[in-house]
Amino acid sequence: MNLFEYQGKRLYKDFSIPTPKSIFVSSISSISDNHDLNYPLVVKAQVQVGGRGKAGGIKVANNFEELIEYSNEILGMDIKGHIVESLLIEEASTIQEEYYISFTLDRSAKKYLMMLSSKGGMDIEEVAENNPDDLIKLYISPSEGLNTEVVNKAIKDSKLNKDFNDELNDVISKLYNLFVESDCDLVEVNPLAITNKGVSALDSKVSLDMNAVYRHDNFIDIEKEIPIPVSEQFAKEKNLNFIKLEGSVGIIGNGAGLVMSTLDVVSEYGGKAANFLDIGGGAKAETVTAALEVLESENNVKSVLINIFGGITRCDLVAEGIVEATKGKDLKWPIIVRLDGTNSKEGLAILLENSNEKITISSSMDDAAKLAVKGAN
Amino acid sequence: MSIFIDNETKVVVQGLTGEQGKFHALRNKAYGTKVVAGTRPGKGGETVEGIPIFNTVEDAIEETGANTAMTFVPPPFAKDAVLEAAYAGCELIVCITEGIPAKDEAEMYDLLKQKTSSRLLGPNCPGLISPGKSNVGIMPHEITMEGKVGVVSRSGTLTYQAVLELTNLNIGQSTCIGIGGDPVPGTSFIDVLDAFQHDIQTEAIVMIGEIGGSAEEEAAEFIKDNVTKPVVSYIAGLTAPPGKKMGHAGAIVSGNKGTASAKIEALTDAGANVVKNPTRIGQAIKDVI
Repeated sequence: MNLFEYQGKRLYKDFSIPTPKSIFVSSISSISDNHDLNYPLVVKAQVQVGGRGKAGGIKVANNFEELIEYSNEILGMDIKGHIVESLLIEEASTIQEEYYISFTLDRSAKKYLMMLSSKGGMDIEEVAENNPDDLIKLYISPSEGLNTEVVNKAIKDSKLNKDFNDELNDVISKLYNLFVESDCDLVEVNPLAITNKGVSALDSKVSLDMNAVYRHDNFIDIEKEIPIPVSEQFAKEKNLNFIKLEGSVGIIGNGAGLVMSTLDVVSEYGGKAANFLDIGGGAKAETVTAALEVLESENNVKSVLINIFGGITRCDLVAEGIVEATKGKDLKWPIIVRLDGTNSKEGLAILLENSNEKITISSSMDDAAKLAVKGAN
Repeated sequence: MSIFIDNETKVVVQGLTGEQGKFHALRNKAYGTKVVAGTRPGKGGETVEGIPIFNTVEDAIEETGANTAMTFVPPPFAKDAVLEAAYAGCELIVCITEGIPAKDEAEMYDLLKQKTSSRLLGPNCPGLISPGKSNVGIMPHEITMEGKVGVVSRSGTLTYQAVLELTNLNIGQSTCIGIGGDPVPGTSFIDVLDAFQHDIQTEAIVMIGEIGGSAEEEAAEFIKDNVTKPVVSYIAGLTAPPGKKMGHAGAIVSGNKGTASAKIEALTDAGANVVKNPTRIGQAIKDVI
């Protein structure tokens, strides 16, 4: 789950990582002259897309009038399709040096990876491409963690300002603690700056591993603050992995690989998927019922392809779910069902017992895809 | 021969008393797999359909000679369960559990490599089957048949699709393995490709990948230099919507890898026959054996 800058910075504060003093607002009326921040202030659009500065989403206000003027300008702004719904207003820093730091998991190395560079504040991908020596990569054993000596060496190798060695070491250790203890997929600071007030994390890109939600109560609160498209809301409540697309063939399947593959095959036969919907592993009848309900509210759907290959998922339960969702209903679109694998015989028997003229059973993925494409035309 | 499991495989099921664990362990047993024990702390001495339950994996190994663990325990306890099985001496641990935090997977992998010689398959994988010999996991054995094609995949359900395409053409399999799509899989494509290359029963290999990460590109490098048996491959996600990316760290790590086209290109370059539709895997294999 990708966080907004202000959410990441709240986590920084929880881990005593220095970051500018700020207030968070989502309307003009909540900005008063009565704040305890010192001008100049930076008004920052809270959007999850890069390049907001160039798009006019970051402005420096020297007084209250400017603060209101710029906030008005930025709130509601469309930055690459993202509407600005909130602002982070923070004290401007006098920047002396800008660095880059990130922690992430390197899947190939199967270790944590710290990347550190003295060339922060700019496009770090360009630095990695053109001046790879300016980006220090440090692999960290997940079971052993990070120690002070290693961090000191990385600071030295990256040629960061040695007068701030101890302070940088402290901040880097805290960022690592945040990365590990808060189950982050990513902690990235660009820039991590040396300012007139010392080392400060001026930006934040934090992503949380939602598999770890059971051990972090705050993840739920953070998640509630992140707007999701209305179409994805219901699916989310039902624990379905749903992504809206532009085509007309509604797709329901089990397992991300099979669903992606179904999209590919539909495309090969000239169709376009209306969505990606993975019911996951071990789905119950009600999961399948909910999946069909999700598609019912999608206007672009013209036919539905249910492609199930049972393993941990049982085809009999899937069939029960289909029957439950369609029984006695005048269906808007044809449904093509393909069931294979665990308990597929039982599943097909259930569908045959409760036959519905809009439901066609297909014996192969290829044929099912062809029928679904035909049904959508 | 086959790889990783055969007639000698004796399985202890961690989480046998749970709904999923019980359903699939009994299916495995009915297939002929030697499911010799289950574990559940505090339930030692009980039985599930005749399978004895022990408090610990160590007890189970001592009493039954189990050499393989199959894990169904829920995410919060999965790391400890896998480590328990490894420290108790299981040669192979098949972790079916879905939803384990990445940090737990990374730590678990690190500790297994440093302190044990156990092989972990998964987590979040369907397990593996050597048709005619043993099925450890949740794969529907009905679609398999014994033969000479090795199948390896990151995706569970796509593994089944590929196996079915082979069986429909009367082409049997040596071993079918799902390595799982989680961030830190215990067994990689390369581990499995290497084992298939050295397995006498296996004459051709099906490798199924999907978008994201760089595992397929790494496998392609390995195939180029080390695999002489024919490889047929399929990569899912050619038309998938691009994921929402955040920050630059991920992009720097993966470079231009990760897209379906990059993977297809790497595998084609390595000499694999990459098919564009999973239903064509069977015919492609038929053409090479």
